[in-house]
Amino acid sequence: MQRYIFKRIVQAIFCVVGVTIIVFSLTRLSGDPLSLLLAPDAMQEDVEEMISILGLDEPFHVQYWDFISRAVQGDFGKSLRWKRPCIDIFLEKFPNTLQLAVLSMAWALLVGISVGILSAVKVGTWFDNFGKIFALLGQATPVFWLGIMLMMVFAVNFRWLPTSGMGGIENLIMPSVTLGWVFTASITRLTRSAMLDVLDSEYIKMARIKGVPERFVIIKHAFKNAMIPVVTVASLQFITLLNGTVITETVFNWPGVGRLVVDSIFARDYPMVQTVVLIASCLFVFTNLAVDILYAYIDPRIRYK
Amino acid sequence: MTDETLLEVKDLKTYFFTRRGTVKAVDGVSFQLKKGETLGLVGESGCGKSVTCFSVIRLVDKPAGRTVGGQVIFNGEDLLTKSEKEIQQIRGKHISMILQDPMMSLNPLFTVGNQVAEPVKIHQKLDKRMVWEKVKEMLSLVNIPSPEVRMKEYPHQMSGGMRQRIVGAMALSCQPQLLIADEPTTALDVTIQAQFLRLLKDIQQQSNLSMIVVTHDFGIVARVCDRVAVMYAGKIVETAETRDLFNNPTHPYTIALMNSLPKMGAKVDRLYTIEGQPPELQNLPPGCNFAPRCPEAMEICRQEYPPQSMVTEEHYMNCWLAKGKE
Amino acid sequence: MMSERIDLRRITSVLRTVPIFPTVVLAIFLVCGVFGGFFVPHDPNDMELNNSLMPPFWEEGGSTSYLLGTDQLGRDMLSRVIGGAGISLQVGFVVVFISGTIGSIFALLSGYLGGWVDVIIMRMADTFLALPYMLIAIAMAAILGPSRNNIILILVIMGWAGYARVLRSEVLRIKEVNFIQLAIVAGCSNVRIMLRHIFPNIVNTLTIMATLQFGSVIIAESSLSFLGLGVPPPHPAWGSMLADGRNHMTNAWWMSVWPGVAILLVVLSCNLLGDWLRVRLDPKFRQL
Repeated sequence: MQRYIFKRIVQAIFCVVGVTIIVFSLTRLSGDPLSLLLAPDAMQEDVEEMISILGLDEPFHVQYWDFISRAVQGDFGKSLRWKRPCIDIFLEKFPNTLQLAVLSMAWALLVGISVGILSAVKVGTWFDNFGKIFALLGQATPVFWLGIMLMMVFAVNFRWLPTSGMGGIENLIMPSVTLGWVFTASITRLTRSAMLDVLDSEYIKMARIKGVPERFVIIKHAFKNAMIPVVTVASLQFITLLNGTVITETVFNWPGVGRLVVDSIFARDYPMVQTVVLIASCLFVFTNLAVDILYAYIDPRIRYK
Repeated sequence: MTDETLLEVKDLKTYFFTRRGTVKAVDGVSFQLKKGETLGLVGESGCGKSVTCFSVIRLVDKPAGRTVGGQVIFNGEDLLTKSEKEIQQIRGKHISMILQDPMMSLNPLFTVGNQVAEPVKIHQKLDKRMVWEKVKEMLSLVNIPSPEVRMKEYPHQMSGGMRQRIVGAMALSCQPQLLIADEPTTALDVTIQAQFLRLLKDIQQQSNLSMIVVTHDFGIVARVCDRVAVMYAGKIVETAETRDLFNNPTHPYTIALMNSLPKMGAKVDRLYTIEGQPPELQNLPPGCNFAPRCPEAMEICRQEYPPQSMVTEEHYMNCWLAKGKE
Repeated sequence: MMSERIDLRRITSVLRTVPIFPTVVLAIFLVCGVFGGFFVPHDPNDMELNNSLMPPFWEEGGSTSYLLGTDQLGRDMLSRVIGGAGISLQVGFVVVFISGTIGSIFALLSGYLGGWVDVIIMRMADTFLALPYMLIAIAMAAILGPSRNNIILILVIMGWAGYARVLRSEVLRIKEVNFIQLAIVAGCSNVRIMLRHIFPNIVNTLTIMATLQFGSVIIAESSLSFLGLGVPPPHPAWGSMLADGRNHMTNAWWMSVWPGVAILLVVLSCNLLGDWLRVRLDPKFRQL
């Protein structure tokens, strides 16, 4: 197993390097980043000063190395909009996003796994059909539309929930439901299919042959085995959640990193954009790595290789 | 039915209800099994041998499959009329089963010891220490070396032969009266097969265990079975003591099967094969199921199913040919 | 594994199992997308400020000349929904086609040639797959400027890696089959083997992926439009229509409902079709 972990870590590092190169190049993409920052009629001296401040006159790899070495120490530059270190702003907003994401994942797992298991156990019945339709619709719904629909129904029409912003529990409900919706649907499908696969296997038959009561067949024997693919794919799909935060936070005015990125883009605050995208990407890579390592512990077949 | 009879299956019918029609997988199967006896169920793939076994312990694949008729009388009681809870107490304790592929039969996420201990924990009220003692005892019984160590291992860490022995230990841990073995050696290496069969035979002698061995291999029948039932398309066509069947096969299908076995020393240009294909079980022809392929088929064979006739003591078969001779 | 002979009976028996709902829905949207311009009741960009914010015809204040209502600038909702189909479907097809092609090429090279080529391509794919596509997409959209071609470019860049990964494992699986080795022995060139022998066998998976990805592309494109980073006005785009609708949630519910329903229907149909294809073309996936 050590070999496996080592391999994965090397892969992850590779990924991170690639990611940083891509992200770093992004902002150099438009050819003339300055046009993003200064007014079109800026004075020549201002332009040149900007250039030297930002180090834009250096060759690419020097700029890159500069950037990376500073980033590793936590210096991501200053936000042009707020005139404070980008990293500070990021760390302020990140917990909000995390809060939302974790809550979304929590209830997605809860609902998804329960519905999935019940669907599989009662395959072919009306419950199963309901579950399948629910999953299908869920995966096809555009996140932002769902958010708006929920807002219209619950906030505007019934006035049960507030439309936006942070606050108490009631503010968390709609955004987390919206964010977790698609995820719930895919977990439902995944769990159902994993359960059906497992329930079909010989060792489940053996468990029944041994006289194990049906509820233990499902909970003890089937569940653990079914969860392996579910956990793997679910944790990989956690990423889609982070993608969704961009839209969800915008729709609900949630002060998190997703909205930060969108606002920064429109404000032409490219250091901020760079910071968020870079950190988010690295987070993805490391989350995947952590999941893979965890997976190695759960499944003894990998543990003893 | 005598005191010696452990299991009597009468006219068992298990059908599968599918979109393409009703598959009559088991269509009126009857046999008896005495205590300490080994019965072989032989036939081609798809003839219904496995479904018969699963029907006995009521584990037919739901929702499509259902046992629709007949009786399964075990120790004087009809298993088909029992509640699910009652049957769960019989499974693993009085009747046990081992399946074909030992790798797939064991849960990859639990230790071997855990899985062998499970039926003991469910069916017997023993304290923890005694449960593990039992597990060690069972593992030794099936010739697993160093059981205390092996107990803590996972299935994938063992060889195929060892795994099948573990499955055997699991099945025998509560001293069942009947063991059903569905193609127990098909997935094993040839060298291991003999070992495993000998093990089963030894255990049987020690505990007066009855066995039903499902196989398509007449070699295994010869080695292990006291009596044999030959199945074709959901019905038993011939039943006899093993020696009798080999010496005096009477049903055309049995004869054809025997002829298909390559004989050592005999020189042939081509191996004998039975013409045609097994019938679709949802689309059975009227009359005898084997008639389309039978070299001796008569007009009546295609119209009516032949009743059972006795060839000799303990040797029965269903064929119009016998009727003709009477 | 050999390409199956096509005969009429098989085709008709397959056609009988095609799921009606998604096919019909997609066909309708296809027609709207391609020919919409000819049968829209109004010009999607035609502003009639006197008629702004009219509800659908079955509500009070609505009229049958604006069946689904109008938006804040008096533009007919129905026409805009039909018009939006054109953009979304266009982007969808082009992106899926290009990223599918690129993904296939990389998969063939990577899987068949192995060695360094494989390592490099897969590392690249892993890197792209590790990126949070939404963040990168909006960053790129903002920098490159909103335009239809830029959207396509962005979505292709984010999309090819998925194909490459999955198709590569298919290629690896097929590579082991005997007839490939026979072809090598017979002296076929690598290119010929890849194109004529391997590729036809991964087309099934490719089709399934493309169908499923089509839906994701539509959602991605409309998400970008929603944020204002998509195809710029005056083209009607479902995403930006929803953004407008959001501003009028309290007084014009219809502005938010119709475009969303359109997206939902298209993506749902893609998913249903993709699932059906999976079942027909790859028995491994039957349970899903």
